[in-house]
Amino acid sequence: MPEPLDELYRDIIMDHYRYPRGRKKLENADMRNEGQNPVCGDEIELSLKLDDGRVDEVSVECMGCAISVASGSMLVDAIKGKSLQEVRRIAAAVKAILKGEPLPEEVEMGDLEALAGVKNFPVRIKCALLSWTTLIDGIEALEEGVVANVTSTE
Amino acid sequence: MKVKEESGLSIARAGAAAGFDPEIIKADFPILSREVHGKRLVYLDNAATTQKPESVIQALDDYYRNHNANVHRGIHTLAEEATAAMEGARQKVADFIGGVKTQEVIFTRNCTEAINLVAYSWGRNNLGRGDRIVLTEMEHHANLVPWIALAKRTGAELRYIPIDNDGYLNLSDLNGIISPATRILALTHMSNVLGTINPVEEIIELAHRRGALTLVDAAQSIPHMPVNVKDLDADFVAFSAHKMLGPTGIGILYGKENILNEMEPFIYGGDMIREVRFDSATWNELPWKFEGGTPNIGGAAAFAPALDYLAGLGMDAVRRHEIELISYALDRLQNLGSLRIFGPSNPDDRGGTISFIDNEIHPHDLATILDTYGVAIRAGHHCAQPLMKRLGVSATVRASFYIYNTKDDIDRLVEALKAARRFFGNA
Repeated sequence: MPEPLDELYRDIIMDHYRYPRGRKKLENADMRNEGQNPVCGDEIELSLKLDDGRVDEVSVECMGCAISVASGSMLVDAIKGKSLQEVRRIAAAVKAILKGEPLPEEVEMGDLEALAGVKNFPVRIKCALLSWTTLIDGIEALEEGVVANVTSTE
Repeated sequence: MKVKEESGLSIARAGAAAGFDPEIIKADFPILSREVHGKRLVYLDNAATTQKPESVIQALDDYYRNHNANVHRGIHTLAEEATAAMEGARQKVADFIGGVKTQEVIFTRNCTEAINLVAYSWGRNNLGRGDRIVLTEMEHHANLVPWIALAKRTGAELRYIPIDNDGYLNLSDLNGIISPATRILALTHMSNVLGTINPVEEIIELAHRRGALTLVDAAQSIPHMPVNVKDLDADFVAFSAHKMLGPTGIGILYGKENILNEMEPFIYGGDMIREVRFDSATWNELPWKFEGGTPNIGGAAAFAPALDYLAGLGMDAVRRHEIELISYALDRLQNLGSLRIFGPSNPDDRGGTISFIDNEIHPHDLATILDTYGVAIRAGHHCAQPLMKRLGVSATVRASFYIYNTKDDIDRLVEALKAARRFFGNA
């Protein structure tokens, strides 16, 4: 397999793609947002339950390519137990890693490091970002008092 | 426009002397000798746009290097040459599509603009509540969105000829769909997703009997098969130069002279007028009435050798070559066993465009993997979202062929698909 592909589809990414975390739908979510990537038709539904200002439960249902599904699955692991401010920091760090920029602050990336290979495939960055922009838009809407929303990457 | 001898000669060799030889044709396309990710490029995205032969690239260069001027206005030598290039290209288009009048050949930016011209100019002035617009379920957004917008504006009703599960139009209720209220029927000649070639003549005939006008989106058909617009008897036919070896930024609307004469202009400005006063204006004659502003003269000049190239090969030969490639590709892809292939299984009923999905691998992942093997295909909804919904998928992979593709290219596609399977299966 050509080398850049191994960089893109790292084992961790393929594992998240095959066994995505947090697919169980949440009842009575505190925040729910749908995201779409019209270019490729990827769709995502993301919901959160908060407890004392921290993310208690996350659900991500993603219909899409390996990169968007894996990124959404990693999101589930990465933001559980985090405050909304920490969640924003992680999302910013994911954006940085996809653009090949230095990480903004000390953020524990864990599996998310595996997304670094996407930066060599510019057309795929949107795939990796879909769940994160859906998350951040949802949080922003929540802070403005909106519980359900729709996000498009266009 | 003089083109260097050698490329002209190789066209003759490819077309006449040696029969149809895609390897010789390939040599006329500089881009096809480049590498992508260290592998010889296999270009299978021809339904999106085709590559350009040396003669087209040289004509574009020659136009800007030696003849550039504005058309129809100047008295000087360059202006005369530029006008001759533009009008010479128009004559070639008129000949290529079946010997129509040059007044009936309007240059636009692309096929999309050609369809919009009709929707705006004819549609807004002729449609109202109670009128019907008939389309099909397999239309490209270019032949869908202008009509949706028009229907919304005028209160006209939209109806769709459905497709069946094999990717053919289902004509069983055609009489009901093309009702007497139908004012225009707009349909694709060849689907850019399914490859289906539609029986447009018989549908047009019925529409005409009902008193409707007809528009054929020929963006995928005219580049790939012999099309005589007089035989189709369509009132309008739209297509694009860049899908048939020509440059981007130039499209064509063919329209019957008497209908075009009745229509209001679409784009107002210079060149499309006869006389302008402070409070009124009269329109230029056809086709310039519909060509407001400076047109894409360089594009037209470079489109002419593209038409020569195809005419040199013969569109019958182009079509035969593609049927051969489709048969081979359908066979090889079916043998992979892991694909769902859309569209007719009979190569005679389809063009060289094959959409499919892998049961395990998302189209976008496949496109990325294939690209690293130097194979350029398209993944996505192909500007046909309603059709995707009808097929029950969010996206497909699409391989589309042209004159320079070979069975070897299809083998490379199949090998890359196998590698993708290994990668996703074992990684």
